[in-house]
Amino acid sequence: MRALAILLRLAALVLLVTFIAAPNLFAPVFQPLTTYDAPAIYNQGSLFSLTLSHLATVFSAALASTVVAVLLGIFVTRPSGLEFLPLSRSLVNIGQTFPPVAVLAVAVPLVGFGEAPTLIALFLYGLLPIFENTLSGLTNVSPLTLEAAKGMGMSARQRLLGVELPLALPIILAGIRLSVVINLGTATIGSTVAAKGLGEVIIAGLQSNNTAFILQGGLIVALLAILIHDALMSVERIVARRLGQQPAGAAA
Amino acid sequence: MNATGSKGGMFDAATGRPALFLDRLGAVIALLIGVALFAAPFVTYRANRIVSGEGRMMWDSVPIAMAFGLMALSVAVALVGTLVRHRFLRLAAAVVGLVAIFPAVGYAALFVTPPDNTFARVSPGTGFWLLVFAFALLCGDSLSRMRLGPWMRLAALGLAVAAVTLLLTSGAWNGLSLLKEYANRADSFWVEARQHVLLAVGSLAAAVVVGLPIGMLCHRVPSVRGAILQVLNIIQTVPSIALFGILMVPLGLLAANVPLAAALGIRGIGAAPAFIALFLYALLPVVANTVVGLDQVPATVVDAARGMGMSKRQRLFGVELPLAFPIILTGIRIVLVQNLGLATIAALIGGGGFGTFIFQGVGQTAMDLVLLGAIPTVALSFAAAVILDAVIDMTKGARA
Repeated sequence: MRALAILLRLAALVLLVTFIAAPNLFAPVFQPLTTYDAPAIYNQGSLFSLTLSHLATVFSAALASTVVAVLLGIFVTRPSGLEFLPLSRSLVNIGQTFPPVAVLAVAVPLVGFGEAPTLIALFLYGLLPIFENTLSGLTNVSPLTLEAAKGMGMSARQRLLGVELPLALPIILAGIRLSVVINLGTATIGSTVAAKGLGEVIIAGLQSNNTAFILQGGLIVALLAILIHDALMSVERIVARRLGQQPAGAAA
Repeated sequence: MNATGSKGGMFDAATGRPALFLDRLGAVIALLIGVALFAAPFVTYRANRIVSGEGRMMWDSVPIAMAFGLMALSVAVALVGTLVRHRFLRLAAAVVGLVAIFPAVGYAALFVTPPDNTFARVSPGTGFWLLVFAFALLCGDSLSRMRLGPWMRLAALGLAVAAVTLLLTSGAWNGLSLLKEYANRADSFWVEARQHVLLAVGSLAAAVVVGLPIGMLCHRVPSVRGAILQVLNIIQTVPSIALFGILMVPLGLLAANVPLAAALGIRGIGAAPAFIALFLYALLPVVANTVVGLDQVPATVVDAARGMGMSKRQRLFGVELPLAFPIILTGIRIVLVQNLGLATIAALIGGGGFGTFIFQGVGQTAMDLVLLGAIPTVALSFAAAVILDAVIDMTKGARA
């Protein structure tokens, strides 16, 4: 069973890499989906470089939201930041009710067309899962453990870095995984404001009524999301095992 | 989201503390207000709806006496935010601030527009939005510190809706570009609004009808659970615009080959693929939360019900589902907020909704048209979140 799962993942990875490196091999598969002799494989740019810029956008946004969300989570669980806790929670929650398209559209006049509005939207969208998980990770550290750390003479800073953060790490990682996977899909919308990414392929398909393009773009993003999801899950498992805990996302 | 609030308590007004203190959030708010008043334009003036605009500071946007009044008021709100601890006073200050600046920006539009000029457009500027953000921050902070019950939160929402309705129907904002865009499209606005809500709520209803039984099945038969949740998880990874596009194919074929489907209005483009895509995205949260909700019903409770002679069916409908209900509702809340946002994408495939205005606006670089689509969407999602959070709290309260 386990070997089968690994085999399936390897197959998906090989399929994905072959497809973005040499998409024309797959032209016969997509040919039946086109009409009036339209091209079966996206031909307005290299799928490989589009995939790379898609990933670059998602990961730089994820990095920024991780830094901000974790720092904010630490700040509002310290005694000096406690009074910001309820407010920061509702703020991040409200941020989530903004549809990504609206964030993009409002950001365009401020920062121009291209990658920048997409980065802003993805950054805002990535905050909530990481922030929520940082909070629950930090507040779930048992008070007994903290007392013990205090009794050993650890300073507040040592407790945070040596006890609280390591214990909260698996849950924080689960939040990062969630936000990366959501953003891989959301980033495609960025192409409506001319960001480089796999959304371009899908939009080109929608505009020229070419289902083969839509399917290619969609499949690459879905495969990427599944593989990255699994990879991050394994990282979480390794971290959790080293800490001697149950992995946070074990049930999912 | 207000569940873990016990820590905020120590900052409540405590007797014996000095009356004067410095609130750090208030300091942030005061800083925002300062920037909004002295470093950011209150309104933006444009000669027509597409050209880029020039900012007007507050003292250039309204009569000078009124500008002084507004500035004094804003500074007063900033002072209350920084120095006053009393929660009701803070809330009152924030509300007064909001009630003052919303009509003021409408008045500024009339004041700035040259007489008889129908091409000029005036939109709220950065300064206005910063002021709104600062006041709303103070308002939200005092409301969340008061920890209102669900009914009070619904009442607050009702008041806010009434105030906005009054503002829009009174004509105080008619000079603003946003309402001029609306006036040009009043009919299609309500058509798209209806379409947007139908798409979001209808697909949610369908997902609940289908998802609840699937969730119960997963709970009963653990061997299918992994497979079903895995499939639903994979659907979530397909980007929305791709899913919308991919669904156009089978629906187009269906409409071309089955006359009944075409007669029902199912077509390759339009609302049908959007509806199905939203439905598919909605399934995972509904099913997953039903499973989790049913799983956390204590086995002893189910045993007791069995001991009372309840049949399997009675146990399910009389005991298990009611106990799982708050968690199922949480799933429904996630779906509704997500659907209201995602429905904007439907416009890309001709499905209508507020996205129509957003994409038209992006295409014409007409910011106010974008806002005409974006603001109602955000308002709907926000109201849906507040209402469902209140309902979830009520069901939890009823159970306890």
